[in-house]
Amino acid sequence: MSTEPLHDAGAPHLPPPPAKPGTNRSNSPSMFGLLLRDKFATTGAVILLLVLATAAFGPALMGDLATKQNLMFANKAPFNPDNGWEYLLGSDSLGRSELARLVVATRTTLLVAVPAVAASLVVGSLWGVWAGYHRGIRETASMRIADIIMSFPSLLLAVVVLYVFSPSIANIVLILAITRIPIYLRTARAESAELQSRTFVDAARTFGTRPNAIIGRHVIPIVTPTLLTLATLEFCYVMLAESSLSFLGIGIQPPDISWGLLVAQGRQYLQTAWWLSIFPGVAIVVTAIAANMLAAWLRIATDPAQRWRLALPGRKKLITTIRTKESK
Amino acid sequence: MLTYLRKRIISSALPLVVVVVGVFALARMTGNPAALYLPLSATPEMRAEFITRNGLDQPLLVQMGNYFGGVLHLDFGTSLRTGEAAGAMALRAFPATLQLAGVTMALAILLAVVVGSWAALKPNGIIDRIASFFSMAAASIPDFWLAIVGILVFAITLGWVPTSGVETSASWILPIATLLMRPFGALVQVVRGAMVSALSEPYIRLARSKGSGQRRVITHHALRNAAAPALTVAGDLTVGLVNGAVVVETIFGWPGIGKLMIDSILQRDFAVLQACVLLTAIAIFTLNIVIDLLYALLDPRVRPAAAGRRRARRTETPPATTPPADAPTALAGAARP
Repeated sequence: MSTEPLHDAGAPHLPPPPAKPGTNRSNSPSMFGLLLRDKFATTGAVILLLVLATAAFGPALMGDLATKQNLMFANKAPFNPDNGWEYLLGSDSLGRSELARLVVATRTTLLVAVPAVAASLVVGSLWGVWAGYHRGIRETASMRIADIIMSFPSLLLAVVVLYVFSPSIANIVLILAITRIPIYLRTARAESAELQSRTFVDAARTFGTRPNAIIGRHVIPIVTPTLLTLATLEFCYVMLAESSLSFLGIGIQPPDISWGLLVAQGRQYLQTAWWLSIFPGVAIVVTAIAANMLAAWLRIATDPAQRWRLALPGRKKLITTIRTKESK
Repeated sequence: MLTYLRKRIISSALPLVVVVVGVFALARMTGNPAALYLPLSATPEMRAEFITRNGLDQPLLVQMGNYFGGVLHLDFGTSLRTGEAAGAMALRAFPATLQLAGVTMALAILLAVVVGSWAALKPNGIIDRIASFFSMAAASIPDFWLAIVGILVFAITLGWVPTSGVETSASWILPIATLLMRPFGALVQVVRGAMVSALSEPYIRLARSKGSGQRRVITHHALRNAAAPALTVAGDLTVGLVNGAVVVETIFGWPGIGKLMIDSILQRDFAVLQACVLLTAIAIFTLNIVIDLLYALLDPRVRPAAAGRRRARRTETPPATTPPADAPTALAGAARP
């Protein structure tokens, strides 16, 4: 999940000061500036960046701690400063630090979710754009395949396939990517089918541009923002799907740990050590909500017809303007 | 209508067959059940005998042919685990899941229509923002975790409901509340979006200027037109409900088809797994057709293009000649989402 809105963070003009927000509406602010104006989206982006940083650097810092057993500190309750910072979130029955285990699990969780989203995004989008551009039998066949995948509960497919090929990380990524391809395929096909009838595509065709060049130069740039927004939302879904699989015992296998697996492992200690199941779940929920908030903002920010909403002076004012308009 | 129905049935039957054949082939690759069912001390002869008796030594295509031959006579094979007829086992578990899913979807639709319409009355109002935040949160909470938190709080700490089982009516509360979250959250957003666009259509202004009250405008004019997109999403959500049912049934010990399916996978019980998958696939197939029919029933304008609900494809049925009296101009009102 490369944070796409940061791509022109280095733009020369700084985001406008919040004190006089309405003044520079004419010179369209950068994406980064727009992001800073939306408190929810900024929070979401910051949380996602934190999760990414944890996944990148956390295991190197706390990897040993996560496997170190210390029976003196078994089943310690969280938020007790006497036990030292490493037991801030409590410990399990072997005295392993819950905090360190959460940090290590972050990397596994992202190692599944990010490649799965990226793979389905690339394959689904290219396939969909191609099918939508060419129409005819290629389109019909592609949509039928998408129908077949979609008309069946994805978890069930994952369950069956993961039992055939042992549930390694690569296989989980593969199956999650395959079950999510139709989402991008459908969206990309619809957009591309509409675009290929536009005059600028016609013009390119008249000049003798080959289909692949038209798709690459004229269709893909237009559908990319929509698909990236979709991918942000899908990140949330894929992460939840991996957690469900791990929870059911057919996802990540011990000794690897992911957030979903931590919830499952803590489940049998629910009555005595509630924190073992609750904290990994909180991590999942917070990350998913952050991705959702960012996606909601991206949807508006990448849509030229709606972007002006974000450039308006703050939400409260927006609401009052709408109210006064309505009352008139 | 009949032509349309026939086409629809044929086009949905293809995925059905593909899914069942796929599951059959995949299940055969999951490993040898002989290793799982016979004791470690079993002699090679005993293993060979087990394999021959269950027909596992024949080529995959022959096994598949035998299986489908049996299915046509409603014979789904016997469970390796219990020796019972697989079809009977699946059918016995099915009603429990159906009840769970039915009650959940009915509640989700009812609540979502109320909350969604309420939110749509004042876009960006306080109700709207609470509803949109809640629906976002609902899509972000993993169902298995919600179930565990529910058990911890309401069953263990407060002791209001049992932790699992189906004995009392109170044991329905947690599974349904857990399953409800996702469809409810998604439907609220769809109903709200459809209602906002329906309420800004000219026919609403016409209805208001005729003197219809707010209640009548909403129930008779706006909701009727907003129902179509909501119905499409509700159908997809019901398919997705099977995912949730597997998790929720496992956690709450609900004797439904999701639990049976997981159990039979873990124990390499091919026949039961296939019967479950086939039954689920048939249920989804039926559901899709019912939704298409309802869709056409709700909105006469959709009828000629009803096939376009999922795939933009025109059938040869003539255009509807009886548009609803209140919606002659609003062609965009109930466009597909």
